[in-house]
Amino acid sequence: MDGSSELKKTPLHALNVSLGGRMVPFAGYEMPVQYTAGVMKEHLHTRTAAGLFDVSHMGQVTVRARSGDNADAARALETLVPVDVVGLGEGRQRYALFTNDEGGILDDLMIANRGDHFYVVVNAACKDQDFAHMQAKIGDVCELTLHDDRALVALQGPHAESVLAELWADISSMRFMDVRACDLHDADCIVSRSGYTGEDGFEISIPAALAETVCRRLLDHPDVLPIGLGARDSLRLEAGLCLYGNDIDTGTTPVEGALEWAIQKVRRKGGEREGGFPGASVILDQLENGAARRRIGLRAEGRAPVRSGAVLATDPEGEDVVGTVTSGGFGPNVDGPVAMGYVIKSAIAPGTQLYAGVRGKFLPVTVAAMPFVTNTFKR
Amino acid sequence: MLKFTEEHEWLKIEGGVATVGITVHAAEQLGDLVFVELPEVGATFEKGGDAATVESVKAASDVYCPLDGEIVGVNEAITADPSLVNSDPQGAGWFFKLKLANVSDADGLMDEAAYKELVG
Repeated sequence: MDGSSELKKTPLHALNVSLGGRMVPFAGYEMPVQYTAGVMKEHLHTRTAAGLFDVSHMGQVTVRARSGDNADAARALETLVPVDVVGLGEGRQRYALFTNDEGGILDDLMIANRGDHFYVVVNAACKDQDFAHMQAKIGDVCELTLHDDRALVALQGPHAESVLAELWADISSMRFMDVRACDLHDADCIVSRSGYTGEDGFEISIPAALAETVCRRLLDHPDVLPIGLGARDSLRLEAGLCLYGNDIDTGTTPVEGALEWAIQKVRRKGGEREGGFPGASVILDQLENGAARRRIGLRAEGRAPVRSGAVLATDPEGEDVVGTVTSGGFGPNVDGPVAMGYVIKSAIAPGTQLYAGVRGKFLPVTVAAMPFVTNTFKR
Repeated sequence: MLKFTEEHEWLKIEGGVATVGITVHAAEQLGDLVFVELPEVGATFEKGGDAATVESVKAASDVYCPLDGEIVGVNEAITADPSLVNSDPQGAGWFFKLKLANVSDADGLMDEAAYKELVG
């Protein structure tokens, strides 16, 4: 494993190793791809009880207006994302996208209004460039801090609420996408009711020095298992959620990525704060007129997983190519292959029969609505 | 005669026919298998050819033909239930039977002691 000595470690590295985590390089970090239970059991356990994920490799950034007025930070952030940040209430969080001048996606992220500042969580592989991007574009108006001094974990699954409430009361009143400060085990934590699995659950930011203590307390609960990156990927895929770098990137726009829902009316044509973000002309036009291609879900008829890179055609000979798979694998709850990819406009309707190239054969697949499993968010 | 390859396959050789599967070590490394594709009976392979494919939740891997030969039998039980490969890789989870082109080719493979040394 060349270069492993240069890999960064999260504050939970020692705990991950002690739990039997099989450590692999991921986004510059040494991360657990699975623990002793294995990907299949970890996935299913998260959907029936609760799973704890170390996601400390992700970037946590605070955005504080130099003026002291949080509305200035909101307006600054709106110059980077096609999202309503000004209208985001205190204690609320929203999904967002950093766009570039061509309308492509630089990263996807979460933005939370913490009252006197905004708290932003970005992808691990993008965090340095995201931070530089924010610094260059809004650094004059906002003081930006990348918090490498905090761990981030996700507790996901139908028992996540009861587990967390048993240990620390007062989280049951939180709704999906609420964010609040919370003392867990005397650790000054930030808890949001959100996640990346399609299940109800929480993401918890913890000071690095106390992260292991808090996680051990959660893992002591009989309903909680540690979950690795392998199951994280299969869970998010079943939930129809994008993986940045696979399903969305600088070559895809939010409209092509079927992420229009993330762009509120107030930022669209005719809205009070129309446009004003990078690539607005491209994205606003696509919102009105559609894009030439679109991200869709796929179900396979057989058992063979259809994976990233597979070509999609309208015929079993694979001659009329209409798109490509960007993420695919086996869905343990679906009990079959699931995938997502991009196809041209004429092939996006659910039920459309396509053929995916797998090892020289073209296997029948069907365009399907996402998510592949019903999400259980507490709205 | 039980032999092993550096690609983590085992061969049980009886009368010029090798029963081939993947080792306990390989099954552990691959994790829970969800799909197995086996070769056609009658197909011939050279050593190192892609004879079968296994897929875990996460990734696809090839199973190489360990020696030159012809496929004379396959284990359909593992295509119906890939988890058999995880639960009994060196027994009920066998992959295929290979009629060896040259039985003496097997002399170049590892015995169990040498394989155990390789995987530590």
